[in-house]
Amino acid sequence: MYVAVKGGEKAIDAAHAWLAEERRGDTSVAELSVAQIRQQLALAVNRVMAEGSLYDPDLAALAIKQARGDLIEAIFLIRAYRTTLPRLGASTPLETAQMAITRRISATFKDLPGGQILGPTFDYTHRLLDFKLAAEGGVPPAPTAPASLDAVPHVTSLLNRDGLIQTEAEGNATPPDLTREPMEIPTTRPLRLQAITRGDEGFILSMAYSTQRGYGRTHAFVGELRIGTVAVEMEIPELGFSVEIGEVELTECETVNQFKGSKTEPPQFTRGYGLVFGQTERKAIAMSLVDRALRWKELGEDNTGAPAQDEEFVLMHADNIQATGFLEHIKLPHYVDFQAELELVRKLRREALAHGEAAE
Amino acid sequence: MTPEALLGGFTDAPRQSARAFRAALEAMSRPGTLWPLEGAAPPAPLSVAAGVLILTLCDGTTPLHLGGSYDLQVVRDWVTFHTGAPLVSAEEAHFALGTWADLMPVDRFAIGLPDYPDRAATLIVEMPSLSAQGPRLTGPGIAVVAHLNLPETAAFRANRALFPQGFDTYLTSGAHVAGLPRSTIVEAV
Amino acid sequence: MNALSIDTAARKAWMGLLARTAPARLAELMPDLPDHTVLRGPEVGAVMVCGRVGGTGQPFNLGEMTVTRCSVRLTSGAVGHAHVQGRDKAHALRAAVLDALLQTDDAATLEARILTPLRTAETAARSLRATKAAATKVEFFTLVRGEDK
Repeated sequence: MYVAVKGGEKAIDAAHAWLAEERRGDTSVAELSVAQIRQQLALAVNRVMAEGSLYDPDLAALAIKQARGDLIEAIFLIRAYRTTLPRLGASTPLETAQMAITRRISATFKDLPGGQILGPTFDYTHRLLDFKLAAEGGVPPAPTAPASLDAVPHVTSLLNRDGLIQTEAEGNATPPDLTREPMEIPTTRPLRLQAITRGDEGFILSMAYSTQRGYGRTHAFVGELRIGTVAVEMEIPELGFSVEIGEVELTECETVNQFKGSKTEPPQFTRGYGLVFGQTERKAIAMSLVDRALRWKELGEDNTGAPAQDEEFVLMHADNIQATGFLEHIKLPHYVDFQAELELVRKLRREALAHGEAAE
Repeated sequence: MTPEALLGGFTDAPRQSARAFRAALEAMSRPGTLWPLEGAAPPAPLSVAAGVLILTLCDGTTPLHLGGSYDLQVVRDWVTFHTGAPLVSAEEAHFALGTWADLMPVDRFAIGLPDYPDRAATLIVEMPSLSAQGPRLTGPGIAVVAHLNLPETAAFRANRALFPQGFDTYLTSGAHVAGLPRSTIVEAV
Repeated sequence: MNALSIDTAARKAWMGLLARTAPARLAELMPDLPDHTVLRGPEVGAVMVCGRVGGTGQPFNLGEMTVTRCSVRLTSGAVGHAHVQGRDKAHALRAAVLDALLQTDDAATLEARILTPLRTAETAARSLRATKAAATKVEFFTLVRGEDK
């Protein structure tokens, strides 16, 4: 039971004032600007955009500053802000095959057309702290090499030629939107992908890891991981044609999974798909593994009872704002219902004691 | 797109739509009372009040049905440019606009589901005039009794019988609106 | 309403270019706006960005992006529209006015004075990124394997 209580306004005001002061920190240290966060903490900005489900790097950087670096709090701020925006429409589906590539690797094909492009990756760093960064200093420009601006094909389209990989059903149906209609289980793959791409990175990572350790194993390889920018186009009714309204940075991952075949499908490779705002490669790979694990039903695979195969378990617990909202509310005043529980426990103790005495 | 369709929207959308939304809420909460609605200049045959209601209530997620005499290119373009609302058949509509004759038969409109009575249509009925005369209204939001010159009573009585399902109605004329929610009991006098 | 002589492909190209341009750069190239009537906006909103399952399949909702839109009419009667990424209302207004102006006889002058420098800068920035990416392209050397004698 919830009972309204009043009071504490002065304490709350003082807490907010102190929060603002703590956010600023020692004033003898220069204040961090939003532009600095956007430029120099870009991967944090990307995570806030992906899980806040709103692509706007300046807003995400502001949210990180306001949240003192607590990314889930920043995501909360972005989710709250996006509810104030009128929906102007939906884009035409992105053409990720036309991506301007900054990184593109394949674990399945060494010599793929377009080549393996490492991009600005942590992969081959030694994970040794670089104390040079503790001192401020310039960075030498990165090397360049002659390049073509042509688009490079998806790796899976190469496997497709021989019919060795399952093809995706094409279509142009308006996808379901979980921000407008509450999610109902069972879902469809488009709805699952929306829920996973905005889901908590840590949760999706752990779910993906559980499939690798054997809970719903799907034998995934990264067929292709690509990062880069893609144009966003929208149909404009007053023009009667579509125009580019901007571009977004994306990470796309396609896994190639071994598949022995089922009653309805021949042996072939199957696919898991990940697509996430920003340079967010851990999330995109994890997304494609979780997507693949959740496809067991349509592919006629066995349900082994693995958590990653249980769409209700995965989808209903992936959202960190829902999770933190329910989790953190238990620290808010529950004085009256706790009083009731206290009464109950005392009564039970009295009865138990009386029963014990009577038995003696 | 017809040139007139680009004109006549809100000039200060946040304030104008907030005021209009308040008037729309008041009208629906106090059935039979008249509320002013201003700030838009929609193309004929739309009244100012109907135009303001559409700008305030409709967007890309609220399918709108245009009744016969309102299903004109200029109206379609105006709605599309200023709200983005998809134009649909009566059965799929969240909102419907027209004269009472245009909207007949009204049993085509969504009345919601037993679990989701909110998934019902809202009709915007254009009237030659609005006055506090005619059929007797009682029910929630009415202290004792109200009167409104409804186009008929039978359809609204049948709609009331569906409660908690049923459509809701705005009646518009010139720069005024009146509301008639599904909960109102309508009696001919 | 738009003169039929205006090539849709050309208009698509300049609208896209104006949408992608940094607001400050556009303001620098076009500090003053001619007389105009605002028909709609400038209004900040969100557009749902859609991807496709597996890159080629059914559409799904990836997330929203902020977009500002604006429509204007010049005294000449020319109508311009803009949908630009971000939340900069001045950017959307300027892009809408330019869209209208580019449908008039001023098009050639504006093309040279505004669109060409924007296009050149964009191409240069894209090329620079592509050349940095190309420098990280892996060249494999096949090592001698046991069975290769």
